[in-house]
Amino acid sequence: MVGTYSPAQIADWLVPGRNLFLTIHVLGVACFAYIVVKRLVPLLRAERDFRFDRTLVRVGRVLKFWLGQWRHPRYKFAGALHILIFAGFILLAARAFAVLIVGVSENFVMPGLSGRFGHLYNIVTDYAATVVFLCMVVAAIRRLMFKPARYAVPARYGRGHAADAVFLLGLIATLMAADGVFAASDAAGHAHQGQPVEALAVLSLPWTLQALIGSMSMATLWILNVTAYLVHEVTFYFLLCYRPFGIQFHVETSLFSVYFAKLDRGTIKPVRWGVSDEHLDQLKSFGVKKFEDFTWKHMLDFYSCADCGRCADYCPANAAGRPLAPRFLTIKARDYAFQHYPVFGKAHDDEPLIGGIYSEDEIWSCTTCAACEEECPLLVEYVDKIVDLRRGMIDDGDVPQSLQKPLKALESRGNPYGKLEKQRADWAKTAEFRQTCCVKILDAKGGTDTLYFVDSITSYDDRMQSIGRSTARILDELGKDFGILGAVERDSGHEVRRFGEEMLFHALRDHNTDAIKASGVKHIVTADPHAYNALKHDYKDIPQVEHISQLIARGVKAGDLRFNPVKNEGNVYAYHDPCYLGRHNQVYDEPRSVLDAIPGLKRVEMKRSRDRSFCCGGGGLMLFYEPKEEQRMGVLRVRMAVEAGTNVMVTACPFCMVNIEDAIKVAGLEGKMSVMDLTELVDQQMARSTRAKESGTANCGG
Amino acid sequence: MEILVCARRVPDTSENEIEINNAGNDIERDELVYSVNEADNYAVEEALQIRDQIGGNVTVVTIGEEDSEDILRRQLAMGANLAVLISDDAFTDSDGRGIATALAGFVERGHYDLILTGVEAEDGAAQVGGMLAAVLDYPFASLVNSIEVLDGKLRVSREIESGNREINEIDLPCVLSIQTGINEPRYVGMRGIRQVASVPIPILRASDVGVDQGAVGKAAAKVKRVDYFVPAAGKGAEILHRSRKENADKVLELLAARGGLK
Amino acid sequence: MARIFAYIVHRSGVVDDSADELITTAMKIDRAVSPIAIVTGWGPDLDAVCESLRSSYCEIWKVGQEALAYPNAELVRQALAKTLPPKSILLVPHNHFGIDLSPGLSIQLNAAFVSDVVGIEGVDGESLRLVRQEFGGQVSAHVVCDISSGAVISVRPGAFKPEPSDSISGVVVDQSSAVGSLAARRRYVETIVAETGAVDITKHNVLVSIGRGIQEKENIALAEELAEELGAAVSCSRPVVDAKWLEKCRQVGSSGRTVKPKVYLALGISGAFQHLAGIKGNPFLIAINKNAKAPIFQVADVGIVDDILEFLPVLTEKVRELRAVAAK
Repeated sequence: MVGTYSPAQIADWLVPGRNLFLTIHVLGVACFAYIVVKRLVPLLRAERDFRFDRTLVRVGRVLKFWLGQWRHPRYKFAGALHILIFAGFILLAARAFAVLIVGVSENFVMPGLSGRFGHLYNIVTDYAATVVFLCMVVAAIRRLMFKPARYAVPARYGRGHAADAVFLLGLIATLMAADGVFAASDAAGHAHQGQPVEALAVLSLPWTLQALIGSMSMATLWILNVTAYLVHEVTFYFLLCYRPFGIQFHVETSLFSVYFAKLDRGTIKPVRWGVSDEHLDQLKSFGVKKFEDFTWKHMLDFYSCADCGRCADYCPANAAGRPLAPRFLTIKARDYAFQHYPVFGKAHDDEPLIGGIYSEDEIWSCTTCAACEEECPLLVEYVDKIVDLRRGMIDDGDVPQSLQKPLKALESRGNPYGKLEKQRADWAKTAEFRQTCCVKILDAKGGTDTLYFVDSITSYDDRMQSIGRSTARILDELGKDFGILGAVERDSGHEVRRFGEEMLFHALRDHNTDAIKASGVKHIVTADPHAYNALKHDYKDIPQVEHISQLIARGVKAGDLRFNPVKNEGNVYAYHDPCYLGRHNQVYDEPRSVLDAIPGLKRVEMKRSRDRSFCCGGGGLMLFYEPKEEQRMGVLRVRMAVEAGTNVMVTACPFCMVNIEDAIKVAGLEGKMSVMDLTELVDQQMARSTRAKESGTANCGG
Repeated sequence: MEILVCARRVPDTSENEIEINNAGNDIERDELVYSVNEADNYAVEEALQIRDQIGGNVTVVTIGEEDSEDILRRQLAMGANLAVLISDDAFTDSDGRGIATALAGFVERGHYDLILTGVEAEDGAAQVGGMLAAVLDYPFASLVNSIEVLDGKLRVSREIESGNREINEIDLPCVLSIQTGINEPRYVGMRGIRQVASVPIPILRASDVGVDQGAVGKAAAKVKRVDYFVPAAGKGAEILHRSRKENADKVLELLAARGGLK
Repeated sequence: MARIFAYIVHRSGVVDDSADELITTAMKIDRAVSPIAIVTGWGPDLDAVCESLRSSYCEIWKVGQEALAYPNAELVRQALAKTLPPKSILLVPHNHFGIDLSPGLSIQLNAAFVSDVVGIEGVDGESLRLVRQEFGGQVSAHVVCDISSGAVISVRPGAFKPEPSDSISGVVVDQSSAVGSLAARRRYVETIVAETGAVDITKHNVLVSIGRGIQEKENIALAEELAEELGAAVSCSRPVVDAKWLEKCRQVGSSGRTVKPKVYLALGISGAFQHLAGIKGNPFLIAINKNAKAPIFQVADVGIVDDILEFLPVLTEKVRELRAVAAK
């Protein structure tokens, strides 16, 4: 509004201002609605996804992750930028709406924003618009000049995205500037005519603009005002309708992607929601083979990606040079959706994804460490999608030869090595070990409190058996009444499921569940985080399970376990968080508290620890897969340990142990770096009590 | 093309420890797991790939006891059109010739353009393919590691020494024995097997394949295995028993003595 | 006792080692009877072969026809079926040719068939007692074979050592006329020679050979380091090539290259016969394997039961130290 005129009152154009702007509104909104409807089409064809439960929890997460921008500060600078922009947008929403309506109804004032409060709101939003504008400039400079590595697009994925990003930044900046000019010219016009007018916020963008244009003639001011208004309108609606064509769609979809985000860490989605295990045989096809096999939430994820690259930045497979980057899994799928379900034109569907936008190696390369999911500010999910794609490949018989052997062995022998079932408890039967500890084999007679679930690698691998023995001695020292399942135990099936062989997983799980129930134990403990995660999340109706580090930590706190001081005070230890103990189950502190309880032990943190821990290379079936990579993930991790000044790495997972020991050799660091399992360290350092052991030799070692 | 693959159920070499039983006359079979002979699996995959390319049917047949049904079901799950079990007490303790005779009887009931077997099974005999071809009077090629289908004939390559390949043209119908590594067999999981769980597998007896009881089985066998044994260690290698470093020193010494050092 | 024939494998006029080994085999079946060599082929090459056989075989049956110039097992089978007397015992080496020829031939001759024989125990009347192996060499088996209507026996190369014999002057008998026409339902086209690749392992005196025990592609570096220190080449067994960790040209074995080094280090190699078949000339064989029961320890000169991934770096280091000292 300039002077007493507002754009709504334009009468000397072809069409009265009011009508023109009303038409723009209607067209703009209709256009947007049409686009959104077209974008929803594939979601209507998608598989179902049950995400409508636990409303309160979901609302809470919206407040934390969406409104509270909880994930953003993990990248300080970009996070700060985005928080400012986001806050700006939220604050400016009402103002933008008011500006739009003013073109139709000149005296429009937002309800609740009149009088003093309205004036305060205008001051605040003056600054908000300024901040957003400045952020746009900073962001553009950052994109064009500093080019953060995570935004780079490798050649095989196409052209860079910088041009599009800068275009969008420019549009938003234009919007802020247009708003600024509109407000400035309005205030200047009033001032010209000596009318009372709200002061603009000092040093804000509108204020600065008013200072620049204040001395111009009324006619010029009027032209500026109307032009700014038109620019604002057109830009606003252009942005609104443009956003669904690219990464900016996250502005609209983020609320939903966060609301409907997965709640249950460490779990894997069922093959199909609503189809129980018994009815799986009736499904014609398992897994995701074509785009329409994804669930609607997964498709929503594709739309919601902001292309920030944080996931790929933390993806260990990407760092190792494997053909996998989570960011591009999403972007490629989004582009596929845009291409096959265009806003203008007919939908065409049913192309296979593997061999199309995805390669087999890309999908097999994932270790399911979920570092990507931990970083994503929009809570985009990856592990379930990878598992679903693997299910599809397994269903079609498309499995790398290197994985077929262990899968077959798991089917016939219940372990991926093909070793005999009756040898599964041999680790507990060595003559030397039996003198220090007696491990019961549980039988149907029951009466034992705790099951030590050993799982395959610890049972059969010559090196990892020492973890089994250390764990047994620790349980003894803690006074636990425990036993193992022995030959009756099968692989937990954790990776079998995550590699897509769902039916084999069911067979293993059902067998183990029966054995566990038959043993009558009340507690389960394991030293294998993969087994821990499986028993905790993939299995049902079994006693509560804990990781050995949790028992040890409790024992230390209660004074049941005491430690001798370390022999070599010069050693510097670093704890490596295993993905399935740390990130997936958030057990970070207990292992650390155990290490800190050992007198004289010097401990440092590596970079990328706790929820940002860098995966060692993966466990279970991943040990058999032959990835195409430039470096081993384990080698990268060992180098981080070197950088942190460590010479002894401590981990709490047998797979981490395998990968890190291997990596030490490959990196040529033998003699300079060593690795121990937490149980081995505790076993070595614990001061053994002299309490007489109850022999309980029945079933001792079988 | 009508393709027949002759498969066999064998103790899986990588998932078993082969040991002599207490009586010393057989291997310990109590805890063995069985699967289809590895080379036969490659043969089925090859047959499926040919069929998927040019059309036709793939039939898998085995001679065995009723538990051989499990390997046939696996091959059905892999994609074979039909699986047949030939089972009869009369076949027990047959030698290679007896098996080949029975298979030939089956082949003659139907019509097959191409018959595939694996090069060898766990007994290392590598005989059934060649014998079957001779009984049927079909041309034969062994150790086949690639097949190209031409008109009325095939172009096959055989694995010979030094990684070389012998290229032959062979008229149809023929018998080929397939070497491992010819292709990458597709995976068959539990789900695949469950999906074919109710597909009928016909069981044929000796009479169904037109075989005279006198031509097969123990009585007709010219070759009989008497027992299994593990030969006395003999001289074998001189085993070094010291510490790793000392062993390495000794190896170094031997290398020097034998001209192993540059 | 029926006559014993030995099928002679040859190439470009040169007789294969198996020719002498089969004499030993025949002698073990019946000391009293000299085996007859039977050779197929054509032209000067065939003549040269027959000539060179005269110093080891008393009688040589020459079966020559142009169609037999290349040893096409399908044609050879027909030729032998027409030439061999009934109830003969035919010995054939168990190699890619023997596998191709012998089973079908046994049917045509209505003879018994036993393949890949590693030992002969003797004859009892019409019963020949043999030893074979099964399950990849993990167990051996005693086998009896009814030779009343003859037998075709394929013999594992290297299982029977050639024995020195008195010099003889054998007689060549031309049996070519018995052959007649041969139905060519399988026709030889050509041989595609494997690319020699970066390295020719047959030219090295010392080989550092790895097997499945190397476990992962990345560990091959450990073997390469040792090979470099020794001035040797890295070779391998079939599983390493199947896994695509090394090129085919490095494979030692019946389907790979045949090597004749002075020293052969078998690291993580089980010792399956197909691999050993590629090692000739009786090198000094040092075997290192985690599994004390591995068949390689039967044929090695020196063995160590250890994990090659642990042992290799130690050995390499010692070689380095030795060099460092020698250089001073």
